[in-house]
Amino acid sequence: MNKGKKNINLILGLILAGIAIIPALVGIFWTPYSTEAMDVSLKLSAPDMRHLLGCDNYGRDILSRLMAGSKITLIIGIGTVFFGCSIGTMVGALTGYYGGLIDNVLMRVNDVLFSFPSILLAMVFVSLTGAGNLQLVIALGIAFIPSYARVVRAEFIRNKNMDYVMAARLAGASNLRIIFVHILPNTIKVLVSSILIGFNNAVLAEAGLSFLGIGVKPPEASLGSMLSDAQTYLFSRPSMVVYPGVALILMILGIALISKEIK
Amino acid sequence: MIAILKKIASAIITIVVVSCLVFIAFSVIPGDPAVAKLGTQATPEKLEALRIKMGLNEPLLKRFVLWLSGIVRGDFSTSYSYSMSVNSLIAEKIPVTLILALYSLIIMIVISIPVAVFAARHKGDVIERTVTIINQVIMSIPPFFGGILISLVFGMTLKLFTPGAYVSYSKNLGAFLAYMFFPALALALPKAAMAVSLLYTSIVDELKKDYVRTAYSRGNSTKGVFYNHILKNACIPVITFLGMAIADMIAGSIVIEQVFSIPGLGRILLTSIQNRDYPVVEAIIVIIAALVILSNLLVDIMYRVIDPRVGRSNE
Repeated sequence: MNKGKKNINLILGLILAGIAIIPALVGIFWTPYSTEAMDVSLKLSAPDMRHLLGCDNYGRDILSRLMAGSKITLIIGIGTVFFGCSIGTMVGALTGYYGGLIDNVLMRVNDVLFSFPSILLAMVFVSLTGAGNLQLVIALGIAFIPSYARVVRAEFIRNKNMDYVMAARLAGASNLRIIFVHILPNTIKVLVSSILIGFNNAVLAEAGLSFLGIGVKPPEASLGSMLSDAQTYLFSRPSMVVYPGVALILMILGIALISKEIK
Repeated sequence: MIAILKKIASAIITIVVVSCLVFIAFSVIPGDPAVAKLGTQATPEKLEALRIKMGLNEPLLKRFVLWLSGIVRGDFSTSYSYSMSVNSLIAEKIPVTLILALYSLIIMIVISIPVAVFAARHKGDVIERTVTIINQVIMSIPPFFGGILISLVFGMTLKLFTPGAYVSYSKNLGAFLAYMFFPALALALPKAAMAVSLLYTSIVDELKKDYVRTAYSRGNSTKGVFYNHILKNACIPVITFLGMAIADMIAGSIVIEQVFSIPGLGRILLTSIQNRDYPVVEAIIVIIAALVILSNLLVDIMYRVIDPRVGRSNE
């Protein structure tokens, strides 16, 4: 029964994430209309055959913006995970393996950063560097380093005195070789789950920052800024709010279900 | 006791370190606040005069010491763009954000305990599975989108409140609390869902233990066993989650304030970030960091008081 339930979660997660991510992938190469072309005559127009989801307050095609916005969210999410995870893994691996003073100091810093809400940390960085996609990836990436460092460090501490590491050391393997060739592959299982959760947190943080107007710069579409535009027209066009919101929920819910199974 | 004092000392040190980092970060970034204030057309003499007035000519270390001693006295220097003290700018706004965070913390606790107990009592049947599914969906809703949905449903369809019609707490406390219920709910829901799933797992673990069987055999009702015996023990692992939840709620209130047009710390933080008004940004970041660190400290102390086994091995 448990096995069957597991598969349902995984399949459902893949389907939900797929519904959100496939349009984003298509959006990299093609959107039905230009995402920034404005047509005042179509301002807030209802869905029809030419504009399947209607147009927004500037007369821009909502479907196109939804695809482009999901694309940006996806790219920033992946970029953040890549940035945060690679540095976090390095920090976690070295501190966990060597221990000592550096480990103490870095983990203290890590604890402070970790207890600090990531969206706030990202706000500090954005206010230092200014808004922009690359800045956003770096800001969020730095904010998420501690979570990866923690996980990897714990795994390294658990692994470093195991028999296979001893054996490798006796066989004459260098420390670096033990770290990267022997122990690191064993942490991947744990890492994958925190990568997926980290991706979700990055998506949430990006959407939040863009909603506040300090994330992705307009007129470039992003799910967060679409929501903030749509909030003004909540009364006249409630559906404008629903599309980007549902896209976000599908992406997050799908990935969360998948990560639940991998755990 | 010693452990608690140690914790307090380490919290104070952490706050000082965070303030240092914030100050250094905002001092090394390029850009001259004097130019930002007067514009690029200003004469060099005027700029120089302003720099002296703003204290920018002093060496970095002296400025830092002045700034830090100001903070200790509760004085956060002067805003660049409003030409008034940061204190008077943010003093009224701190309670707003704090009340919002506390309010949502209360809502989270009030929702999550009965729901988790209810789900645990129906373990294995349809009710439990329904709760799990709803939980998973609520956890995936970004708080600000939840806020928009709440203003759509409760504000525009059910007309329970008017979105945007914020009332200050100094004018009418009742109306203020009534309005704040909805943003607090938006902030609380995703965290409540997390708390429910943690508490549920913890209760199910407790159910297997011997004292539960003993409690039943002594003739307690199911309700009595759950609320008087199990809940107390099941809450202990969840308390650590509270610290994280409070931190997230304080940070999340920045976004939620924007959705419900509440003039709290988040509002002024955003405008200050956009205006590059660094003294205000620094002050708010330090205040929020201090709030987060202090609430973590409180949770930690609470944890030790409730479960005296914690930390004994370290002492």
